[in-house]
Amino acid sequence: MIGIVNYGAGNIRSVANALRKVGADSVYVDTPAQLNNCSRLVLPGVGSFGAMLDFIDGNGFRDPILNWIADERPFLGICLGYQALFERSEESPKSTGLGVFKGEVVRFLQGKVPQIGWNLVVPDEVSIIPRGYYYFVNSYYPIVRSEVLTSTTTYHSNFVSAVEYKNILATQFHPEKSGKIGLELLRRWVRAD
Amino acid sequence: MLTKRIIPCLDVRDREVVKGIQFQNLRLAGDPVELAQAYYEQGADELVLLDISASKESRSTMKSLVEKVADVIFIPFTVGGGIRSVKEIRELLRSGADKVSINSSAVKNPSLIRDAAEQYGSQCIVVAIDVLQTPNGWRVATLGGTKVTELDAVEWAEQAEELGAGELLVTSMGADGKKNGFDLPLYGAISERVNIPVIA
Repeated sequence: MIGIVNYGAGNIRSVANALRKVGADSVYVDTPAQLNNCSRLVLPGVGSFGAMLDFIDGNGFRDPILNWIADERPFLGICLGYQALFERSEESPKSTGLGVFKGEVVRFLQGKVPQIGWNLVVPDEVSIIPRGYYYFVNSYYPIVRSEVLTSTTTYHSNFVSAVEYKNILATQFHPEKSGKIGLELLRRWVRAD
Repeated sequence: MLTKRIIPCLDVRDREVVKGIQFQNLRLAGDPVELAQAYYEQGADELVLLDISASKESRSTMKSLVEKVADVIFIPFTVGGGIRSVKEIRELLRSGADKVSINSSAVKNPSLIRDAAEQYGSQCIVVAIDVLQTPNGWRVATLGGTKVTELDAVEWAEQAEELGAGELLVTSMGADGKKNGFDLPLYGAISERVNIPVIA
């Protein structure tokens, strides 16, 4: 059973629908106790870094998520759920990220902000991510300072649009909104060991 | 870099599509869910569903339609048409829409934009602007284009951005349906004054 952290903002219904489309059942996780019944975890998120970390800390999710990751259980972070894995964000200077990866989240300085639309994701050779166009809606992106597998996207300049490390897959783009290629990525993640 | 987005817009009245963009070889079906799915399969980047029903009863019909469409397409989708309150916005987002589009209500009550953006984030809020070219310049029209206001379209666009709109959906009424292309000067004028995406 796949657990989707019910952050309260954003369209987690889309995540559930997309997972169902690729043959996986999911439940919304409102409290950390519910994690016990899950074999895979999705942390979606739309809104602000600060609001997301407030939710995580306010509902006692920080340590359970960190333990989940330390136990190397399958984890997918989407959009803010990707940004939250880093140390901090310019968007919410008072908030502390989960710190799973080293680096900070910064704002796009060029072009229209937020980036809204389909952009090319170029993955590393051994990545699980199919190369192609995915749907982005973001004003911020992380500067990655850990040694992890990265995918790159160009929005006036290059930025890391996804990272993979052991049991973690985290994407800035929305696979559940990226049509067939997004579904293919989810299909692969659901079936991965 | 970002691709240009092709976004079909379906006008829905009483659960029937009354008008749509005509792709080659695509037969216009009456059912919005079928048509939404067909556009998705054909490679549409996003979808817009506009409720042009006259009656208030259509509200709950629209909600259930949104749920059904959200179940079958995996691209962003925007719902609009007669949305007047943050409560309606919440219901539509909860039903599965990714964004909502507000038009006349925003002109009448600009703080709707700010309130909705604060709660749900600017990325969920599209402000739709219908524009008529008048001897005095580009003016905003409301109520399905039936009422021309004194509001300057470019200034309203800037104001909408300031209030928290994430995107603008701008329709040039004179050019609509004529198949003569887009009103480029209008889009240029707006696009250079705002830093958010402008959808033609």
